[in-house]
Amino acid sequence: MFETFQYITLQQYWWIIVSLLGAILVFLMFVQGGQTLIYTLGKTEDERTVLVNLLGRKWEFTFTTLVTFGGAFFASFPLFYSTSFGGAYWVWILILIAFVVQAVAYEYRTKPNNLFGKRLYEILLFINGLLGTILIGTAVATFFTGSGFSVNKMNLTLLTGNKMPIISEWTGLAHGLEAAFNLQNLSLGLTVFFLARVLALLYFMNRVNNTKIMERVKKQLLYNAIPFVIFFLTFTIWLLFSKGFAVNPTTKEVFIEPYKYLHNLIAMPAVAILFLIGVLLVLIGIIRPLMCFEKCSTKGIWATGIGTILNVFSLFLLAGFNNTAYYPSTFDLQSSLTIENSSSSFYTLTVMSYVSLLVPFVIAYIWYAWRSIDNKKIDIQEIKTETHVY
Amino acid sequence: MEHIDFSLVDWSRAQFALTALYHWLFVPLTLGLSFIIAFMETQYVRTGNPEWKRITKFWMTLFGVNFAIGVATGIILEFEFGTNWSNYSWFVGDIFGAPLAIEGIMAFFLESTFIAVMFFGWNKVSKKFHLLSTWLVAIGSNLSALWILVANAWMQYPAGMKFNPDTARNEMVNFWDVLFSPVALNKFFHTVTSSYVLSAVFVIGVSAWFLLKNKEQLFAKKSIIVASIFGLVTSFLIIITGDGSAKNMAKYQPMKFAAMENLYTGRQNAPLAVIGLLQKDKTDTILDKQNISLKIEIPSLLSIMAFQDANAYVPGIHDLVNGNAEHNILSYKERSDKGKIAITSLAEYKNAKKTGNDSIANAALTKLNENYPHFGYGYYANRNVNELIPNIPLTFYSFRIMVGLGFHFIALFLVVWILAKKDKLEKKRFILYTALWSIPLAYIASELGWVVTEVGRQPWVIQDILPTIAAVSQIKSTSVQITFWLFFVIFTGLLIAEIKIMLSQIKKGPETELIENEIRIN
Repeated sequence: MFETFQYITLQQYWWIIVSLLGAILVFLMFVQGGQTLIYTLGKTEDERTVLVNLLGRKWEFTFTTLVTFGGAFFASFPLFYSTSFGGAYWVWILILIAFVVQAVAYEYRTKPNNLFGKRLYEILLFINGLLGTILIGTAVATFFTGSGFSVNKMNLTLLTGNKMPIISEWTGLAHGLEAAFNLQNLSLGLTVFFLARVLALLYFMNRVNNTKIMERVKKQLLYNAIPFVIFFLTFTIWLLFSKGFAVNPTTKEVFIEPYKYLHNLIAMPAVAILFLIGVLLVLIGIIRPLMCFEKCSTKGIWATGIGTILNVFSLFLLAGFNNTAYYPSTFDLQSSLTIENSSSSFYTLTVMSYVSLLVPFVIAYIWYAWRSIDNKKIDIQEIKTETHVY
Repeated sequence: MEHIDFSLVDWSRAQFALTALYHWLFVPLTLGLSFIIAFMETQYVRTGNPEWKRITKFWMTLFGVNFAIGVATGIILEFEFGTNWSNYSWFVGDIFGAPLAIEGIMAFFLESTFIAVMFFGWNKVSKKFHLLSTWLVAIGSNLSALWILVANAWMQYPAGMKFNPDTARNEMVNFWDVLFSPVALNKFFHTVTSSYVLSAVFVIGVSAWFLLKNKEQLFAKKSIIVASIFGLVTSFLIIITGDGSAKNMAKYQPMKFAAMENLYTGRQNAPLAVIGLLQKDKTDTILDKQNISLKIEIPSLLSIMAFQDANAYVPGIHDLVNGNAEHNILSYKERSDKGKIAITSLAEYKNAKKTGNDSIANAALTKLNENYPHFGYGYYANRNVNELIPNIPLTFYSFRIMVGLGFHFIALFLVVWILAKKDKLEKKRFILYTALWSIPLAYIASELGWVVTEVGRQPWVIQDILPTIAAVSQIKSTSVQITFWLFFVIFTGLLIAEIKIMLSQIKKGPETELIENEIRIN
């Protein structure tokens, strides 16, 4: 089936899959957001344990999505993998460390003789929540703002001279950390951070059976929704009015185009509609619980969650579709990566496309398994009788 | 100025080795213990005996503690291909990325979804669904091992690919050749079975501790019986696959094979030194020659091991480096000359394409294709051939210790199984102590297996095609040094925490309150 597709169709198909994985990842980062709220919402040891356990039952899923996102990006767009990871070294290393410490924190937190004590593992969870969200947001923002690098495949043939035979070179001395000092990038990083916290609050509303925690959740929802909306608007407006990195469809030359992302939105009305529906859903999910907390607080996570997926998904499409360079180089425009020049071969994309047919099956069993263990809200009592506690 | 930044290459290698060695401290137990737990839970569901549930839950707790840190160290490995080996990521990403992505889609989600049911579903789902989940966790973990080992095997024996000069990278041409290459299949079975052996030793060792302390006798004996049978069956498989590894190595990575055996001069009826002591030959200043003393040899065994023929010729390090016309072996000098032609032809091809000169491009392409099997040697055209010889003592000793320990484990499984069957094990304190102290030995054997395979293939990231010096990322070596120490501190801290938690969970023993209302059946 996929063999009959055109190369560009497969490249687009894989950009859609990568975008979808990225979008689901951002939604699932409610786990990270929640980790930054443990002490804000849980005032007693028992309350904190309820919150940690609720997040702990989902952390692996976010983690697995991140790993799969990385694997899928590697398999479908290897030039991005080699250019960004090897170049923006420090950003990715810090993100990785933030996730390494998270993986053990849940399992070890309440275990006797855990060497560092409960508090340290909670701090590690906080670090993961803070750095993981802000840095991933910042890194994704460079899809629109660009980074300083060059790609020259001829370097492979260097056998003497001053240069090593390495094709991708990064020009930023801070190896990626410079991206975090760009305000536009940072505005997306902070958007993701506050969004993750908002999603976590909505998740708690859906899952926690404890009135004291719920009172604090309601208050925090407003406190986090306001900065989220401010940063989101800042980034979006900035994006739509800034110049972008366009590709000439015939010569494949990359050039700067004013209002490129606004043009993309207009040129792809389906994406514009997805984006608007996404924004609406995100806002509905937040506003309804604020207005009718007692009755309608449990559904917010679904509206805002799906809205988040649609928003992030459409942002990725804005970055990669309609003759746009999704990983632009500000140092050498022609080194910029597009879905055409950075993708895997036709054969590999075909093989991978067959593998992608497994995805609906994966989603189905995840849904089934979760429903079977998450059928009611959790309270302190349940955690006390549970045999496996974080 | 030196063309290659060796400090960067060495630190990048060190960082990858550190991460891989730490990751491998946790993976084998996950791979094997998941199956052992699944067997135990099957016993529970089949017999209804709550003692089996208690046993299952105890090992499950240890599984959880170990699993978390395995996941933590694993994510770094995946991304290090990008962060530290970026050139590699481009040069072979078209082939190498696919198994990593498939691993995520097929295995990691299976594992992470059903692990939640396994830990939290005891009172929420039916017994059978819970058992199915436990089996799916075991299958998921082992599936993930399949894909990452396919990826590793491909680096040792790059099958199913072709170099594309237009994109300047290797591209996959046959997925099935990548998945079912003889090296991949053998590597998968050898690695997972070795992990099953480690897990069996772990379960037996921990249970032996309970017997030594006169605690939880029934639990310990039942665990020992399951683990020793599991260990015996898998040991048999490990011998077969180990033999397969040696044959593959002799065929596809002769230098690794020669280094592992310290075979300096090739010969027919090559003997295998079961043990021996290496000493640097001071008269040899060109090659890193080692003399072997205090050796016990078995005549012709190496030839048989490599080619199933006592008369077969096994090339030595000297033959591989200096060439051997009689046996059609090109010298490294000849290979690096050919490699250099391949690399310069690539440059010619690309320049000719840019200027639109098709005849020059075609001529360059022919030269490139002819010499491509030697591509990686081209980077050594002006270098010392010693750089193409792996560390001989490290591979030589690692291999012998690994194999020796392997036989020790088989003897251990057999002895404890017989004694447990006869109900005499708790009185044999020496055997119990041996079982206990075999736990660290199992970890040593498992790690040394990777030392043989990874140190032995140096300097090749992709055998013959891409050496480490052309695979790294362009970063400051000080950056890599910093991250190396960062990882070292984090991993070591977490490892100590993990061991302490494991020990206190073991001391606590299986939970008793869970079966208050259930009848124990002996």
